[in-house]
Amino acid sequence: MATNATMTVEEPAAIAAGRAAFRADGPGGAAAARLRQQGLDRFTALGLPTRRTEAWRYTDLRDVARTAWTLAPAAVDPAQAAPWLADTDADRRLVLVNGRFRPDLSTPDLPGVTATPLDGLLADGDGAAAAVLDEALTSGERPFLALNTAFLDGGLVVRLAPGATVGRLEIVCLTLPGGDAPAMSHPRLIIEAGDGADATLVERHVGPAGPILTTPVLQITVGAGARLGHYKLQREGGETSHLATVLVQVARDAVYDGFMLSTGGAVARTEVAAVLTGRGGECRLSGTYLGRGRQVLDTTTVVRHAVPDCRSRQVIKGVLDDQARGVFQGRIEVARDAQRTDGYQMNRALLLSPQAEIDSKPELEIFADDVKCSHGATAGELDAEALFYLRSRGLDAERARALLIEAFVVEVLDEIADDAVRQHFTEIVTDWLAADRADHGATAERGAA
Amino acid sequence: MLEIEDLRAEIDGKEILKGVSLSIGPGETHAIMGPNGSGKSTLSYVIAGRDGYEITGGSIRFLGEDLAEMEPEERARAGLFLAFQYPLEIPGVTTTTFLRTALNAHRKARGEDELDPMGFIKLVRAKTRALGIADDMLKRPVNVGFSGGEKKRNEVLQMALLEPRLAVLDETDSGLDIDALKVVADGVNALRDPQRSTLVITHYQRLLGYIVPDHVHILAGGRIVRSGGAELAEELEARGYAGVVPEAA
Repeated sequence: MATNATMTVEEPAAIAAGRAAFRADGPGGAAAARLRQQGLDRFTALGLPTRRTEAWRYTDLRDVARTAWTLAPAAVDPAQAAPWLADTDADRRLVLVNGRFRPDLSTPDLPGVTATPLDGLLADGDGAAAAVLDEALTSGERPFLALNTAFLDGGLVVRLAPGATVGRLEIVCLTLPGGDAPAMSHPRLIIEAGDGADATLVERHVGPAGPILTTPVLQITVGAGARLGHYKLQREGGETSHLATVLVQVARDAVYDGFMLSTGGAVARTEVAAVLTGRGGECRLSGTYLGRGRQVLDTTTVVRHAVPDCRSRQVIKGVLDDQARGVFQGRIEVARDAQRTDGYQMNRALLLSPQAEIDSKPELEIFADDVKCSHGATAGELDAEALFYLRSRGLDAERARALLIEAFVVEVLDEIADDAVRQHFTEIVTDWLAADRADHGATAERGAA
Repeated sequence: MLEIEDLRAEIDGKEILKGVSLSIGPGETHAIMGPNGSGKSTLSYVIAGRDGYEITGGSIRFLGEDLAEMEPEERARAGLFLAFQYPLEIPGVTTTTFLRTALNAHRKARGEDELDPMGFIKLVRAKTRALGIADDMLKRPVNVGFSGGEKKRNEVLQMALLEPRLAVLDETDSGLDIDALKVVADGVNALRDPQRSTLVITHYQRLLGYIVPDHVHILAGGRIVRSGGAELAEELEARGYAGVVPEAA
């Protein structure tokens, strides 16, 4: 008897379709063609992750694998895009539709901001832009970053002038399929905050309800002494697979203040790899995910302290209802020379239903000896005693639950340094909670009837 | 006001109250004293309606209504207040929000308009001054980082705002120094009037020097084994539970 059965693994529909859609040539000239080919090669080598892939153990991509994705159209009528931009600030926004920068939908000439299409830079032989993409491709095993590179089309480079106080800037990534077929888009952004710049970036991902795969990749550098607030809002449609990569470098005395609010999509993962490359740097990487139905919301982070005297802080809180699943994988790496590192990480999840689930994997990897690092993770239901306490003061059960849930999650929004953004995100969170409550109120009434 | 007849209650299948009878009239202050494990806290939780306490016999009526049929919040809005032995900490909810939400739940139940934040602040400031509570406490999350004394003051502040018909004080004296005890007792006494009643549950006689009861009952082994006037508390203080109710020891 043969003990090792030979299995023929059928190529997933997504791979076959992707191969069919691939074309090395396109916008961006020879440099872009080379990058696309290398992206495809890299993706082919890495393969589509399965739950046997350690970094993807908790996030099931079988629905992504079995879907024959087609490329979302490069050209989209602005009238079609307009409704999706209603929530955004028309005076301070840069818009990408299906990965292409859309000057016609964006605010021109923002002081201190240079927004240039990435394909244009590549076509003009901008070696720096190509080098940034090359670096990302070889930086780690990131299949969706490779896929994004294979389908590089358009993209945007945002440069914030050294010393400029830019204020709030919105970056909108919209995916609009041309028809009913499952559609993918691969937005690519390079954001460079010059030395001493100060800016608040709001990154929004929106799109319709149909099957969509989006693989946004952001490469962010925060120059010496600069401060960049980066607040990501993921509220895509219910059948979206959002598989994002964010690579951040924080220079000397710079502050990166990151926050992610994730409520949309069927599967939504944001993988952040941040490196503190200069002394006195600070990296904040917090967020909240709100899941219901069968959503899977994954936050995967690596914060690397490469040099001494840097601080990092992460507070991630999730609320999960129904059969929703949350994933938090967070690693703090402290290099051997990175003495006097101050690292903090906390993941807390509130499970509102017995079927909701959180998988939490915090890790510390410390090679320096003089460091202060702590991490922790908790998961649980609402505190029954606290509920009784509130009810004993006259609050009905529903109000008491709502107050406790809101208290749990709203606290994390204090991590957002920008007042206007915090207020905006708080409204989104409270709206989500109200909708969830209304849904369950309706369920309870049906149950009682 | 409160009529308890032959009340039996169990938790996790274990019978704790084994036939308690107690009648509290309007304007009266009663004290229930008893050694540890006698069922004091169980009685307070059964009155307030905490989950997990099952009434297996007898009855408990408040203002003529069967309490067993009412949710905890319905009992509260009907005028019942339990001051907790260990008030809960609620991170993320400021004391002001908590108090205003509670008061408005009561007002709504009475058919009154809800108070807006400004109107509420005016009202609460008057109460905090009387109780010697710093305004700063109102801005902090409910009971988070509060000292034992502050937590109990917060309980009395809630009581002062909600103006219950019957206040049940569960071991309100535990963890209090003498100054805090006086403040808390003054707060409770300020609410005493012919229409309101108080049930003080305590292990020690100490609190009863400040909140003087009309009637004292000794709870032991899940039953009230002796009742008397305020002098019964003094007798207990002098002779101990073993001396007064040998069966309780």
